[in-house]
Amino acid sequence: MNMPFYVSPEQMMEDRADYARKGIARGRALIAVSFKRGILIVAENPSNTLHKVSEIYDRIAFAGVGKYNEFDQLRIAGVRHADLKGYSFSRDDVDARSLANQYAQMLGHIFTHEMKPMEVEILVAEVDFEGENLRNQMFHILYDGTVKDESSFAVLGGESDAIFERFQTLHKSNMPLKKAINACIDALTAGERDIEPDDLEVAELSIQNGRRAFRRIAASEIQELIN
Amino acid sequence: MTLPSFSTEDDPGPNFVALIKEYGVEPLKVQHPVDNLAHGTTCVAIRYKDGVVLAGDRRATSGHHISHRTLEKVFQSDTFSGVAISGAAGPAIEMVKLFQLQLEHYEKVEGKSLSLEGKANQLSTMIRQNLPAAMQGMVVIPLFAGFDTREKIGRIFQYDVTGGRYEEKSFATTGSGSLHATTVIKLGFKTELSSSDATELAANAIFEASEEDAATGGPDLIRDVFPTISLITKDGYSPVPHSDVSLIFNRIIENRISRNGDHK
Repeated sequence: MNMPFYVSPEQMMEDRADYARKGIARGRALIAVSFKRGILIVAENPSNTLHKVSEIYDRIAFAGVGKYNEFDQLRIAGVRHADLKGYSFSRDDVDARSLANQYAQMLGHIFTHEMKPMEVEILVAEVDFEGENLRNQMFHILYDGTVKDESSFAVLGGESDAIFERFQTLHKSNMPLKKAINACIDALTAGERDIEPDDLEVAELSIQNGRRAFRRIAASEIQELIN
Repeated sequence: MTLPSFSTEDDPGPNFVALIKEYGVEPLKVQHPVDNLAHGTTCVAIRYKDGVVLAGDRRATSGHHISHRTLEKVFQSDTFSGVAISGAAGPAIEMVKLFQLQLEHYEKVEGKSLSLEGKANQLSTMIRQNLPAAMQGMVVIPLFAGFDTREKIGRIFQYDVTGGRYEEKSFATTGSGSLHATTVIKLGFKTELSSSDATELAANAIFEASEEDAATGGPDLIRDVFPTISLITKDGYSPVPHSDVSLIFNRIIENRISRNGDHK
């Protein structure tokens, strides 16, 4: 009788995490940062149609890195969750925290129960008022369901540690749009290579845009903002 | 609420109505006629040089009783379109809510909006689904108007109770006062009307309908409530501000008073 080899649970989790991390590291990174108007998300993305950054609800945006079909599936689930919740209760009851928890549940479940973990890292960002003041929230969710709560900035994707360190030195609170976008690009490229506006996907989440806070920033506008 | 996930065969795609069905929310099904429901009344849409003007009165009636004086019947459905309703108020407002959600849901899931034609067809399906309720007295007949960003023109769609969809080249009306509103528009309509002329024509049509039809509300000077007027152009949907609407209706009233002359 053939006996399966014994693999310790630690080893099994480690292997899965390595597998997911490798998949994520292959993709380009993205940065989300709190700036003067709200939250800015800058992603390196050579495709103009396969989006990494998108709208979920009035004040909630989604960003994903890693395997496109996997994070897009999560994005659509998020849009459905938010629209259903807004329809059953009220638009004000749809919030990023509960959505982030749902994502974490789903990713955690897949990580431990399925054949293969999802090779994705996602971000759920929300701009909202807390009394008179604006309050930005970013939930950075990893392939295994780990949730990190950030308020100033988050870096997702390949080489995220190096980009994180570079961005830390460039980051200031309350930057205007031009400054914020340039800081993001500098951190992504390490100032070593040029990047075409066409290869960037930029979007902002700002209360000033009205009910639907999400707005894509077109390549022509990026060109004007780049130094 | 957990995250919705579906197998490939059951996936509702970008369709919000199909999605809520998966969650057991079905369109209204009525077995017996319902009496004394609130009904909404006259709405008009007129094409002019920059797009479409959409207007509606504010009254809802249940039989001879006025149930609401401030009901909104003209709604923005998305950036470039609006919908005006007549018929049973409850189901009509629910239909508008679902329609708005459907357009936004599609836009978010697919990453681009439906074409104006697609939006008009979507509304058609919703009216058709309401047919069993309509047979029991809960008729909902909306008007749909929008700016077609591909053709660069304003377009108007009229419906019947079965979801039949009819595109109108110049104007359309719906509701119990529509007969009178149509006559007014017919007399004043020209192609390439200016925005102010089109707004005024729409206001006159609603005013006349309210004079002749008991279920249509006119300008309510006591409560400072006026019919709703909105414009849809290449810049999107914009409601005409209350102060402007009030001015237009006050002018109409003054004009009517002056016609009486000394024969009071």
